[in-house]
Amino acid sequence: MDFLLPLILKRTGFAFLTLFTISLLIFVGLEALPGDTAQAILGQGATEENLAALRKEMKLDLPVHTRYVSWLKDISHGDLGNSLSNGRPVSEMIGWRFQNTLLLAFSAAMVSIPLAIILGLVCALYQNSWLDRILSTSTLSAISFPEFFVAYILILVFVVQFEMFPSVALLKPGMGMMEIVNVLVLPCLTLTLVVLAHMMRMTRATIIGVLSSPYIEMAQLKGVRKHKIILYHALPNALGPIINVVVMDLAWLVVGVVVVEVVFVYPGLGQLLVDSVSKRDIPVVQTSGLIFACTYIFLNLTADVLSIISNPRLRHPK
Amino acid sequence: MKNMIKLLKTSPVSARFGLIVITLSLVVALLAPILAPYGQSEIVSDVWLSPSYDYPLGTDQLGRDMLTRLIYGARNSIFIAFTTTMIAFGLGAILGLIAATTGGWLDILLSRIVDIFMAFPTLILALMILSVLGTSIPVLIVVVALLDSTRVFRLARALAMDIAIMEFVDAARLRGEKTLYIVWREILPNALPALIAEFGLRFCFIFLFISSLSFLGLGIQPPTADWGSMVRENSGAMNFGILCPLYPAATIALLTVSINLVVDWFLHRSAQIRA
Repeated sequence: MDFLLPLILKRTGFAFLTLFTISLLIFVGLEALPGDTAQAILGQGATEENLAALRKEMKLDLPVHTRYVSWLKDISHGDLGNSLSNGRPVSEMIGWRFQNTLLLAFSAAMVSIPLAIILGLVCALYQNSWLDRILSTSTLSAISFPEFFVAYILILVFVVQFEMFPSVALLKPGMGMMEIVNVLVLPCLTLTLVVLAHMMRMTRATIIGVLSSPYIEMAQLKGVRKHKIILYHALPNALGPIINVVVMDLAWLVVGVVVVEVVFVYPGLGQLLVDSVSKRDIPVVQTSGLIFACTYIFLNLTADVLSIISNPRLRHPK
Repeated sequence: MKNMIKLLKTSPVSARFGLIVITLSLVVALLAPILAPYGQSEIVSDVWLSPSYDYPLGTDQLGRDMLTRLIYGARNSIFIAFTTTMIAFGLGAILGLIAATTGGWLDILLSRIVDIFMAFPTLILALMILSVLGTSIPVLIVVVALLDSTRVFRLARALAMDIAIMEFVDAARLRGEKTLYIVWREILPNALPALIAEFGLRFCFIFLFISSLSFLGLGIQPPTADWGSMVRENSGAMNFGILCPLYPAATIALLTVSINLVVDWFLHRSAQIRA
């Protein structure tokens, strides 16, 4: 496995380079674009002296590159600065919410990944059967639904009609296990439906693609049983692309979580980001944006590495 | 015209359904002031009335007629998404085709910039930019168009790469044609079917994206009627079992599904022609 290490290091290096560029973009972008932070906080009625004092306190009077370096230094020490709107440390606001977001995304992933792969396999195996047709048409339309549409349909069914779950997912610290599950079901189901369609279609397409290759026909002619062809001949070759799709969809899930959190008033990082954007609370926006970006880049990196590991042809480039 | 009718006769049910919905939405969008029974932000009655003869879909959270808002919403949402798509497409496609044709440092530079932007989730980036610039319709259009042009660039470049190595492009180069001529007369016509399909999908994507932003309260601002923000404004009604946030959400879903169905048919057809 010694060929893997330099490769992973190379990709990780590229990921860090991207991250660095993005941090620069986030910082310089947010600083250099028009819109005065001090003015935004104090409002239209602020006097010149007040503005100057606030700029000094927030170190807004220093040049941009000095502030960028000190910002990076602070972040690497775990000091994320203070929120502009309520003065609390950003790390304190984000910690618990980030856990919540991870919990939601993780549970949605745990439901959707196995379901998508199994359904995709079944559809590929029984191609053009009624089950395949129903699933293919319904997933094609599900892909083009906005997240909030799916969410409100679920609310309509499970909250308004059957009154099974609460329509808002108000998570509080110190809730019991059953309470958390009860609150989590609807947001989790929404996210699952949102990513399931794409993952399932890609799995189906990949398996069908592999099944049409000559060596599968050879296996059939040899008289290998159908489930053995799928398990030993088709799946190993389809695994790389499928893993790639799954991880990419997870990256997408991280973003989809923003809308779902807002629908269900779920106290996660996405909702905080949206709130902070409308309040123009730059430090919170910077930090939560950076966290989302890190997660996204890390997942894409994982997809890269996994697909290389699972594909011998990529492992030994010519 | 005759060809068009012939073509439509051979189209599958799904594509016909899609075409009908798209045409209807366009007609509604264009004729909004004539079709709408009330004014765009006219308060006509009580809050969240159930459907009746006067208000076919009931009223919204301020007592405005829901049907009127939906009709004007079609106009605003489709127009804004369409403008954005045009800009994203013009920019991305032209730069992508040129980058692939000329190659060299321009190609490397543009591709690297696009790589960096694509490594970043679009929604998050858009939120961060909007937090600084504030939300107004021109800013929204430009920001979303720029972000989405990176995806168009990728596709256009990949398409042009395959075409640029063909003999007829070599022949044009040897004739001494200029880059822009080659892009316009040799490469673009061959990349067109794929680009048209991409235009449909891009429009869907941008339409959904702007709707999501509006739903988050950071896109099109009230009192302008827009489907995404209408869902947001009326979301409280769900708690009383009133369905009005579902109407604008359903129209968004219906339009995007229809465009997808038509694009699907189009792709299927152009694949058949090639084979």
